[in-house]
Parts: sequence; structure tokens; C-alpha cells
Amino acid sequence: MATAVKNTHTKNMLLDLKIMGPILALIVLVLVGAAMNGNFLSAGNISNVLSRSAFIGIIAVGMTFVITAGGLDLSVGSMAAFIAGLMILVMNGLLPTMGAGWPLVMVGLLTAIVAGTAAGFINGFLITTMRIDAFIVTLGTMGIYRSLVTWLADGGTLSLDFGMRAIIRPIYFDGILGISWPIIVFALVAIIGEVVMRRAAFGRHVAAVGSNDQVARYSSVNVNKVRMMTYVFLGVLVGIATIMYVPRLGSASSSTGVLWELEAIAAVIIGGTMLKGGFGRVWGTIIGVLILSLIGNILNLTDGVSPYLNGAVQGVIIILAVILQRDKKAEG
Amino acid sequence: MKFTKFAGAVALGATLVMPAFAQDTKVIGVSIPAATHGWAGGMNFHAQEAVKRLEEVYPELDFVLATASDAAKQVNDIEDMVATRNIDALVVLPFESEPLTSPVKAVADGGAWVTVVDRGLSIEGIEDLYVAGDNAGFGKVSGEFMVSAMPEGGKIVAFRGIPTSIDNERVAGFEAAIEGSGIEIIGMEHGNWNRDDSFVVMQDFLSKHAQIDAVWASDDDMAIGILAAIEAAGRDDIQFVLGGAGMKEMIARTRDGDTMIPANVTYPPSMIATAIELTAVGLTSTAPVSGTFVIGSVLVTSDNAAEFYYADSPF
Repeated sequence: MATAVKNTHTKNMLLDLKIMGPILALIVLVLVGAAMNGNFLSAGNISNVLSRSAFIGIIAVGMTFVITAGGLDLSVGSMAAFIAGLMILVMNGLLPTMGAGWPLVMVGLLTAIVAGTAAGFINGFLITTMRIDAFIVTLGTMGIYRSLVTWLADGGTLSLDFGMRAIIRPIYFDGILGISWPIIVFALVAIIGEVVMRRAAFGRHVAAVGSNDQVARYSSVNVNKVRMMTYVFLGVLVGIATIMYVPRLGSASSSTGVLWELEAIAAVIIGGTMLKGGFGRVWGTIIGVLILSLIGNILNLTDGVSPYLNGAVQGVIIILAVILQRDKKAEG
Repeated sequence: MKFTKFAGAVALGATLVMPAFAQDTKVIGVSIPAATHGWAGGMNFHAQEAVKRLEEVYPELDFVLATASDAAKQVNDIEDMVATRNIDALVVLPFESEPLTSPVKAVADGGAWVTVVDRGLSIEGIEDLYVAGDNAGFGKVSGEFMVSAMPEGGKIVAFRGIPTSIDNERVAGFEAAIEGSGIEIIGMEHGNWNRDDSFVVMQDFLSKHAQIDAVWASDDDMAIGILAAIEAAGRDDIQFVLGGAGMKEMIARTRDGDTMIPANVTYPPSMIATAIELTAVGLTSTAPVSGTFVIGSVLVTSDNAAEFYYADSPF
């Protein structure tokens, strides 16, 4: 009896640390940043960091669902680059017939969403219907999209027509009440993702499939459909992230979105979602994304660390954040 | 893996014996990195153009062009060229110096002519001809322009590329050129020759420093990201941004008198064409072409920008 009581006690403490771990890490980073540079907490800097987090953040919300369902998607960075290239080509191509203006921007946005949906569907189809391992499928599509964008750009850079760039630019740089659009969209995606994960039947199905797909199947959950939906959602979110990305510099090349997939996956894991599936936490993912962006920002704002070591600092903080919320099961 | 490569080699070899048998053609192998960024894209373009042109000029020459996405693939490419095409000359722009040194040395030991481009090998004396960009000179020309543009000195931020010896040589050349001029580098970070990374770094530099007089972007891709960050922040303390490598969009802006981009410093991707042409000359004539050929970095201003604008190139 005594041991049982003791077990629940330690378990509760661990649970607290598991929830608090990422938040603590974020608070520590904010304090460090504020102490090191007076401009760290300025409105401009906060707005910069949140806006640039939006690409990875929007994608990472989708990645949370994919990983919770026991899957993985390595193709998102290449997919974003390919969609960005496609979006630019379509808008440039239709410019002579449609003229520069908001209708053409809408066509561009639609292109991104449709392409994202299709790309997500292809990944999902190969993984669920063709029953190929997610790691292999998305490793394959990662290479395919990366090559396609290099090919589309002829090895160089695809640039949006200059006139169109001026029209589309506000999507990244403007907003409401001083809050830029990427931040607003990021917040909306995060809130919807959190609600779906916590409150909707779909969120529970995703966790059930990731936890034990046999049991989920016997509980009359359509396992393949749930898995497929997670990849399609992720594809749509990659499309949305690309819509935020293209207006920033108005260009896409083979170096667009490199390593976004790993940043998104790292953010998801820092946030407390289990890499092997079965449990996901969208708000944790958001904290994870912010932690990753803040590290880069703080390193740029301070002089103490050699830029050669940026990657090392990032690695140490990722591992620390995950150690803080280590699962008891991992030891046994 | 070995078997398939061998089988492929046999198959390729069988198809390629025919022309070699028909007449005494000489084969030049060209091995370059794939077009993974703007400069490499331009380099690929110029390599293809040179091969196309030379195949017409010299009917007795055959060319094999291979692009590699990493150093290991490039080693395979070179081994395959020797095994299946029995190349008489190799023009190689090494992906990385270390891993390519011994495979290229093996080619040279086998009696083929070797031309190395841009990145040198780890051991000296392997190549017959070295066509090199002048990285220290690139930094020096950039620094000298900074000094002439800011005679009273000022505060600048500097952007570095991917940490490599190329990058170190450029920065060393730049720092030597601005020494004692009153120009102070108040921030230096890696933008990795990437627009997005440079945009982010520049945003943070703008938050950190209230006054920045000029930016040494050192590369045109980075300059584009930097310019976008400056524009978004609405800052007007920055007088100009000095890029480099001569991307055609940036050359056009210099040509058209954009005051934010008053100059550019070349590091021409077309140096691969120089290397291929010289190799062809070496194989087909008695003119000596061995040695080192350094392609200087030239300052481009609005006066001479039109000469450096290549309309067809992707870069």
C-alpha cells in the first residue's frame, strides 16, 4: 500500500514538471533575452520574432496531429518551397491576362491551398492505402519537391513580378491594430488546433490511432481515414504557411524551407507531444516554436557567443527542454 | 551496390566504345556541384553553354557533364567517367576539398589532364591547371569600396556566408582593406548566403543597433533579404548595402542608379566556362595552358554595370 501511495506521489510531481517544463524554458529564455539586450522586449522585436515564427508554427500545429497519430512528415520544408515556387509561377503566368490586383492574389492563394491539399493527400494515400512507411514516403516526397522547385527555378531563384510584389507585400508586413497578419493567422491556427485536439472527436481519434491502432480499429474508428486526414490537414497548413512566406521576399529557390521539417518536429517534441504517437499537445508545440525562434533571436542580439556555436546552443536547449519533461516510462 | 555500378559501367561502356573506335576523339569530363543555390545555378548554366559551344567548335572533342548534389556523388561521377568514358581531361569544381582530393589525384595519376576550378584541393600540385576565383581579392575590393564610399568612416554590419575557407578569406580581405579607415564593424553574423536567414539576422541587427551607416552583405542573395528587412523596418539611417557575386537583378539595379545598391563585386560563376575553354585549348593545340589562372574580382558601379548583365543567365 505504502509503495502505491509513493508511486502516485512521484507521478504527480513528474506530471507537473512535464507540463511546466516547456513553459519554464520559455520564461528563462525571455528573462535571459531581456537581461542581455534592452531592445529584446521592444514591440518591434516581439513582432519580428512572432511573425518569423509563424511559418514553422503553422506547420508545426499540423505536424502535432500527424505525430500524435503515430506518423511523421519529413516533406513539409520541400513542400513549402515547391508550393511557393508554384504560387509565384502561376501568378507571374496569369499576370498578362488578369493584370496586377487582388483577384490575381486570390488565385495565388488558392493555388497554394490546392497544391498543399494535393501534396498532403499524396503523402496520406501512399502511407495509408499503399501501406508504405511514413518515414520512407515523406523522405521520398521531400527529395521530389526539392528537386522540382530547383528545376522550376532552373537552379536559380523564382521571383514574383515586381508590381505584384507591392500588392502582395501587406500579407506579411501589415495587419490589424499593429499585429501583423502572420501573427494573427498563427494564433488562429493554434487556437483551432488546440480546440480540435482537446474537444473534438477527431482529436481523440487521432490520439487513439497513435496510441494503439488495433484497439482504435475495434472501437470502430476509421484508422486509415483519420491518418489520411492528418496528412491532408498538414498539407493545407503548409499551403497557408507558404501564403505567409511568399509576400515577405517575393521569391522562392531551392534554399527555401530547408530544414523546416526538423524545426517543426523539434518544436512538437519540445512541446511535450510523444514522438511515438498517442499523445499530443498543441499549445506545447506553440511554446516549442517560440523557444526555437527566441534562441536564434537572442543569439543575434548578443555578442557573447561565437556564431559558429549557434547550432550547439540550440541543440543544448532542445535537449534540456525535453529532459525537463522526461517520461517515467522511458527509464523502464 | 557495387554490382549495379559495375553493370551500369559495362552497359555504358558498351554503348560508348563505338564513337571512340570510329575516330580519335578526346573526351573531357566536367564534374560540378548541382544547382542548389543561385551562384551554382549560374555556374551550371555557363558550364552547359560552354560545352554546347565547344562541341561545335571542336568536332574532335566529346564532353561528359555531371552534376553532383554532394561530395560522395561527385566522387562516384568521377570514377564512372574514368571507368566508362576513359576521359582524357577532367574539369572539376570540387564540392569539398578534402573528400575530392584523392579521387582527383587518381585521375591525374592515370595520365589525364586535370583542371580544378574555384575550390582548391587539399594537396598542392595535383592539377595541371587551376582556375580560381580570388576570394581575398573579393573581400579587398569590397572593403576598398566601403572606404571610398564612407571617407569619414562609420558603423557597418557585415554578413558572412556558410562557414568555409572561402568565407574566411573574403572576410580577412575585407577587414584588412578597411583597417584604419574609421569604419567600424559593429555586428557580424552568418547569413549563410541565404535570403531568409539574412532577412532574420538583419531584423535583429536593426533591433540591436539604433544607427547603422551601411551594410556589407557580401552576396546578392543576402543583400535581397537585408534590403527587405530595412524596408519593412522603415529605417533611413542605412546609406547603402554592398552585395557581391553579380546577380543579374542586382546588377540591373546598380545600372539603373539605385542609391541603396551603388555597387557590386563580381565573383563570376562563368569561371567554369574559362576552365572548360582553356582545357579544350590545351587538348587541341600546342598552346601551353598549365599553371594558375586567377580571375580577379571587379568592382561594378553604375558606369560599367551594363557589361556585367547577362540577360539569359538564371543568376
